[in-house]
Amino acid sequence: MTTLTKNKATDLVLAQIPVLNSFQSLREDSHAILREYGLPHAKEEEYKFTGLSKKIEQSIADFSPASAADLSLETVQSHIFEGFDGDTIVFNNGRFEPELSNLQGQAYELIPLNVSDPSNLGKIAKIEKDPFVALNSASFEDGIYIKVGRNKQVEKPILLLFFNQALKGQVISPRILIEVEDNSEVSFLENSISLDEEVYFCNTVTEIKVSQNAHVHYNRLQNENKKAIIVNNFETDIHRDATFTSVVVSLSGDMLRNNLSLNLLDSGCEGNMYGLYLLDGKTHVDNHTNVDHTKPHAESNELYKGILADKSRGVFNGKIFVRQDAQKTNAFQQNNNILLSEDATVNTKPQLEIWADDVKCSHGCTTGQLDEEALFYLQARGIGKVQAKGLLLYAFVGEVLENITDNSFKQHIENLVQVRLGSSF
Amino acid sequence: MSKDNQILEEFTSKEYEHGWSVNFETDEAPIGLNEDIIRWISAKKEEPEWLLEWRLKAFQTWLEMKEPKWANVRYPKIDFQALKYYSAPKQKKKPKSLDEIDPELLQIYERLGISLNEQKRLQGIAVDAVLDSVSVGTTFKETLSKLGIIFSSFSEAVKEHPDLIKKYLGSVVPINDNYYATLNSAVFSDGSFCYIPKGVRCPMELSTYFRINAANTGQFERTLIIAEEDSYVSYLEGCTAPQRDENQLHAAVVEIYAGKNSEVKYSTVQNWYPGDKQGKGGIYNFVTKRGICAGDHSKISWTQVETGSAVTWKYPSCILKGDYSVGEFYSVAVTNNYQQADTGTKMIHIGKNTKSRIVSKGISAGHSQNSYRGQVQVMKRAVNARNFSQCDSLLMGDKCGAHTFPYIDIQNSSAKVEHEATTSKIGEDQIFYCNQRGIGTEDAVALIVNGYAKEVLNQLPMEFAVEAQKLLALTLEGSVG
Repeated sequence: MTTLTKNKATDLVLAQIPVLNSFQSLREDSHAILREYGLPHAKEEEYKFTGLSKKIEQSIADFSPASAADLSLETVQSHIFEGFDGDTIVFNNGRFEPELSNLQGQAYELIPLNVSDPSNLGKIAKIEKDPFVALNSASFEDGIYIKVGRNKQVEKPILLLFFNQALKGQVISPRILIEVEDNSEVSFLENSISLDEEVYFCNTVTEIKVSQNAHVHYNRLQNENKKAIIVNNFETDIHRDATFTSVVVSLSGDMLRNNLSLNLLDSGCEGNMYGLYLLDGKTHVDNHTNVDHTKPHAESNELYKGILADKSRGVFNGKIFVRQDAQKTNAFQQNNNILLSEDATVNTKPQLEIWADDVKCSHGCTTGQLDEEALFYLQARGIGKVQAKGLLLYAFVGEVLENITDNSFKQHIENLVQVRLGSSF
Repeated sequence: MSKDNQILEEFTSKEYEHGWSVNFETDEAPIGLNEDIIRWISAKKEEPEWLLEWRLKAFQTWLEMKEPKWANVRYPKIDFQALKYYSAPKQKKKPKSLDEIDPELLQIYERLGISLNEQKRLQGIAVDAVLDSVSVGTTFKETLSKLGIIFSSFSEAVKEHPDLIKKYLGSVVPINDNYYATLNSAVFSDGSFCYIPKGVRCPMELSTYFRINAANTGQFERTLIIAEEDSYVSYLEGCTAPQRDENQLHAAVVEIYAGKNSEVKYSTVQNWYPGDKQGKGGIYNFVTKRGICAGDHSKISWTQVETGSAVTWKYPSCILKGDYSVGEFYSVAVTNNYQQADTGTKMIHIGKNTKSRIVSKGISAGHSQNSYRGQVQVMKRAVNARNFSQCDSLLMGDKCGAHTFPYIDIQNSSAKVEHEATTSKIGEDQIFYCNQRGIGTEDAVALIVNGYAKEVLNQLPMEFAVEAQKLLALTLEGSVG
């Protein structure tokens, strides 16, 4: 949490947070936190390479919440990828659109946040942890609460579609709470779509509780317009023998910040994190992941890969904490980057903090270029240089993409990646 | 450049007229820190006006700086006004023979394999005529001065070679660099100065001399090493023998300048008082060490074995400015009981085809915390930069911690940077294997730890490598039960 004095962005934000009648105590606490600490300063270690406050200050004039955009059923359907079979939940500037959503009555409950008041809201994503969580908690107007009961198998994936368009560059604050009870299984897909090419600031909070022996898979695609500023706060509590897997693919945007935290709260649980950032133009993607091993016999795996072209910048900060109790922990972390241009930058910081002795932890990170010999091998066999490069890069990212569970979503992302890899050089 | 050469030539051709050590009157500065104290220190050391001004400028800068809080170490706040900033080498009450020395200390010496004469010297006992430090010193001095090598105390160099000092002091670690370096710049007491002229290969480890004539350089030590074109020097700081120092805070600065085709090898063995088993007392070691590979094809290699001090805060760094320059960092940091170490390196690639290699081995036992903090930075014009980093941690016991904070910042697409780190403990099967073959648990641990640290120990000058191995075993004694 920042301890530096407030900046201009904080003042702007505080002046324009709407007065809302729901979740009173959460809102008041969030206000207090923002007033006290403010948005992260440029010198803040956690936001060292990602000057979000400055970016917001420069790009966002109006901090009031964006009202609903003009969204038709045709537009929604045009963004559902080929061959997809499952539920769709549509959000219009962070507001749940029941009319445009397609629910097939699967084994879960969907409750809009404006009609219910779930007790766990704000318990997993704690407002003290990050000022952007506090900002969302103070200003979200709508959202959803998904509850998967005990011993339920949600067979088809649930697709969350976020349509964003702010007419005056306003703020969009989606809020999602997911609770998966014991022995249940569910898989989510998430896609964010910009309706135009104008700037907006989207600050999401997603909280997930994965109860005992439950299994949750969450796939995300970030492919928004070149002016979008996105902060994504993703917090998960993982209980005994449960597994949680996250896949994040970031392809476009102006500045993206993904905070992903996995709290491994009991033994036998497993957390997996996969990430791919494929950047061009001036896109800036910052992935901050945090795994907290608190109990023995838990496992975490992390693999993030990046290909950076033009003037793009990729930031990776992976933290693994192994508490004193968490003996017999296995934690692995890997970050690989390929730079395609002279002006691209990578800042990576794989961080391990270990207080237990009987653990197996490792991390590795590399930054480099394509292997000249591999390229030559392909060229010698009659494959053109451009194609050969594309092939090698595609193989490089394949390791991440293969973890996407839904085939139609995987195909959709693979198509986007192939187009990008074929055209960027 | 021609003017520089002229200055340097003048000095290298000069005969060495003065003795090695300068004896000040035993004197101490009053407690506290202000401009008057700095003037007092400067006057005491008969320094020229420009150096006093330099110190005062550093002091002014320091006043505006804040104590760094980012390191992963915890210690009570230091009251900088409660310290004494200058105390000349004190003439302590000298024991007459080894019989008067704490037998526990003697035992440690014996186990480290330190010779009897050296044991006496370490305890300040007048050494007999056979190995008179002065005469040995003189022999070395002659050999070195014949080659034009300058190796003297810092204050002497200020008097003898002010132009060299003026040219290089603060050129690698500027006065506004960081809180402790700036403090050092304002109040540094003494240190060593080493100058290797063009084309000269220093025939001995500069440690050899140092070990025999170890000067009490005080808590704000300043070292400056200059290696001219095509020269080579290996320098060793510190000693494997335990040092019972009275000063709680040590803020040293080491600057290395390496010219074209030169090579500097800097090895450190640090074994200061780490505090007692409950974590009381002990030295705070806040050191700034930095070298610049200014010329093409130059090389700077840091090797460190850190076993002492209650709190260590130390990042020997290399600025790889010349094309094809090489930076290396080999480190073993051992922490036991309540020791805390936050150490690592910075490799800044500026020149083309620069290479760096980092091998860091951390060992934590007891209630200690051991952190590796490193940065590899590849600047935009550093084409074909190459880095390999490896930082391993070994944990002994479940109350200690091992942490890694590597920063990797790449701005050039032709860079190849690799980093890997592992954390593990000594396997029970490994210990059992040794036990079966009649090797006691404690010896087995020493064996395994030495194997683990071998990659770094191999970089140490021969005679120190042997002692460092024993030191590792000694430091970890009693940490397995």
